[in-house]
Amino acid sequence: MHKKVTFRGVALPLALLLPQLAITAVFFLWPAGQALYQSVLRQDPFGLRTTFVGLANFERLFSDPLYLNAFQVTLVFSIAVTAIGLSLALLLAVMADRVIKGASGYKTLLVMPYAVAPAVAGVLWWFLFNPSIGLFAHALRAVGVDWNHLLNGDQAMILVVVAAVWKQISYNFLFFLAGLQAIPKSLIEAAAIDGAGPFKRFWTIVFPLLSPTAFFLLVVNVTYAFFDTFQIIHATTSGGPGQATTILVYKVYSDGFVGLDLGGSAAQSVVLMAIVIVLTIVQFRWIERRVQY
Amino acid sequence: MAGIGIRDVVKRYGDTKVIHGVSIDVADGELIVIVGPSGCGKSTLLRMVAGLEDITGGEVSIDGRVVNRLEPKDRNIAMVFQNYALYPHMSVYDNMAYGLKIAGLSKEAIRARVDKAATMLQLQPYLDRKPRQLSGGQRQRVAMGRCIVREPAAFLFDEPLSNLDAKLRVQMRLEIRQLQRSLGTTSLYVTHDQVEAMTLADRLVVMNAGVAEQIDTPMNVYLHPATTFVAGFIGSPAMNFMPGRLGADGRAVTLDTGAPLRALPEPIAGHGEKAVTIGVRPEHLTLVGSEAAELTLRVGVVETLGADTLVHGALLDKGQAVVPVAGEGGEVLAARLPGNVAVREGDTLPLRVVEGALHVFDRETGRRLADV
Ligand SMILES: Nc1ncnc2c1ncn2[C@@H]1O[C@H](COP(=O)(O)OP(=O)(O)OP(=O)(O)O)[C@@H](O)[C@H]1O
Ligand SMILES: [Mg+2]
Repeated sequence: MHKKVTFRGVALPLALLLPQLAITAVFFLWPAGQALYQSVLRQDPFGLRTTFVGLANFERLFSDPLYLNAFQVTLVFSIAVTAIGLSLALLLAVMADRVIKGASGYKTLLVMPYAVAPAVAGVLWWFLFNPSIGLFAHALRAVGVDWNHLLNGDQAMILVVVAAVWKQISYNFLFFLAGLQAIPKSLIEAAAIDGAGPFKRFWTIVFPLLSPTAFFLLVVNVTYAFFDTFQIIHATTSGGPGQATTILVYKVYSDGFVGLDLGGSAAQSVVLMAIVIVLTIVQFRWIERRVQY
Repeated sequence: MAGIGIRDVVKRYGDTKVIHGVSIDVADGELIVIVGPSGCGKSTLLRMVAGLEDITGGEVSIDGRVVNRLEPKDRNIAMVFQNYALYPHMSVYDNMAYGLKIAGLSKEAIRARVDKAATMLQLQPYLDRKPRQLSGGQRQRVAMGRCIVREPAAFLFDEPLSNLDAKLRVQMRLEIRQLQRSLGTTSLYVTHDQVEAMTLADRLVVMNAGVAEQIDTPMNVYLHPATTFVAGFIGSPAMNFMPGRLGADGRAVTLDTGAPLRALPEPIAGHGEKAVTIGVRPEHLTLVGSEAAELTLRVGVVETLGADTLVHGALLDKGQAVVPVAGEGGEVLAARLPGNVAVREGDTLPLRVVEGALHVFDRETGRRLADV
């Protein structure tokens, strides 16, 4: 039974909501409005004059091969991060679900990366793969891989994907494990009696029952790859070499704060906002309703 | 013949032994019910037959073939789980067809079998539904259907009715009985409900703490319980137990309070002067005139059931001393009297034991001494 709590008057509820509303207004609505406003303006290099230019910033943006390249990089990056992150986490969760002895030890270890700050994680991977001093780079060279992500764009991409996946895997793992443990054991037993082997059981029973979890994680991971990987990229490759690992979010930063093209950067923010809105709609339409079975 | 043989089966979890060597022979087409209190190892035993638990010791055979080392799917059995274990993402049809698809039957053969089972179980209108769109009873039937379509050598049931309400349970009990009879499939059925056990079973296995205390027909278990545990477990309200002593002739029975009961019709040879537990079922006590009374009951609680009146109270000795009553029956003496008897709290009832309804158990071992 849900008991509905009702307030008399509007003062108290308003007061209770105020902190949240204030934070939203100051840190979200205001900057978003600023971005929208800036995206239709252009500033001269010294910041002395601003002129209204309409949609010119957007036109320039979408005819800029570097921006389109960032789109492509983002696509490759997010698909790789999501696909690898989800499948690896699922594999780990399935294995952890089977372990009986020392299970909590494994789980703690698997959850640990989540407690590491993204920037620290980025630096960690930067060190491990540093072409001159990195442990992994050294090991790779020993097996014949000429590792230098400072020069090789593909290797740089691999590096940021690895770092981003590593950071997110705990989160995915926890959700998959919870999902697995929510599946009644008797279902698996019934399937075993029905003649299904372990693989058949996984694909016909376990996986379909995990699909709501998987879909939820899919959206979360895409969102993560799109928007929350800035720090990792900043710490490992700074978007380079060239713009091989410059994803959209990173480009907003590098164009706006490094390149000081505020109008163009604002236009990029607006594009990103549109993407967030679309992703959020997808999330609400699908996840709130769950993948039905 | 598709029987099930369970021979000296032992189950150990680490250092704790939960099944202490159980042997049961289920004949072809027979329905055997394993009944016992919670935690006595019923499910564990059943799951060992199904292949869901390793067998620590002993031997399980199905259809004359030792299956100890076989996977569940190779044992040719089907199982109904307490929570039904229906695949929630599949329709009723697919739930039933799942095993057949894996077995590689043709589409037509699968449809024929599922249709047949669905008709038998009145599930035709629901074949396209998901399990969550079904009532408890319907889910139960789907679980049955999933077993039937596979035409296995044996059905295993683990408390299949315990999630249903009382009325539905009675109805499903009958359905399962009829179905099992008409299919003639050997079945092992686990329950902790003694009424379910009595009504369903061809033969009953009463388990206690990992041991099969008695294996017999429901009537024999009721009439000749092998131990005080079985006597107390089967029958409701539970049998009354009183400490007593057997006379030197093996016939005279005296309660420890000194009150003599009627001598036994047949002497129990070789147990003269033994300390015994005397058992009397509540339904075997009748109200008599005070001169013919063997036992006197001071009424505590009266339960009016309509057809019967259950009277719980304390046993009086010569109208005075209250005698504690030993055993699983609790501290009180219970009597099941006809519904038209008017009794009130505080009344004193003179009672007599029905002829031949006395059970005598060895007080030390709890084993039955004779059928009297
Ligand atoms: N995995 C396990 N490890 C250790 N002990 C176990 C395990 N599974 C069951 N047991 C023990 O074995 C005993 C028998 O359990 P079982 O589930 O067979 O009881 P049951 O008769 O089916 O009871 P219920 O009527 O409550 O279902 C219990 O005492 C239980 O604690
Ligand atoms: Mg059980």
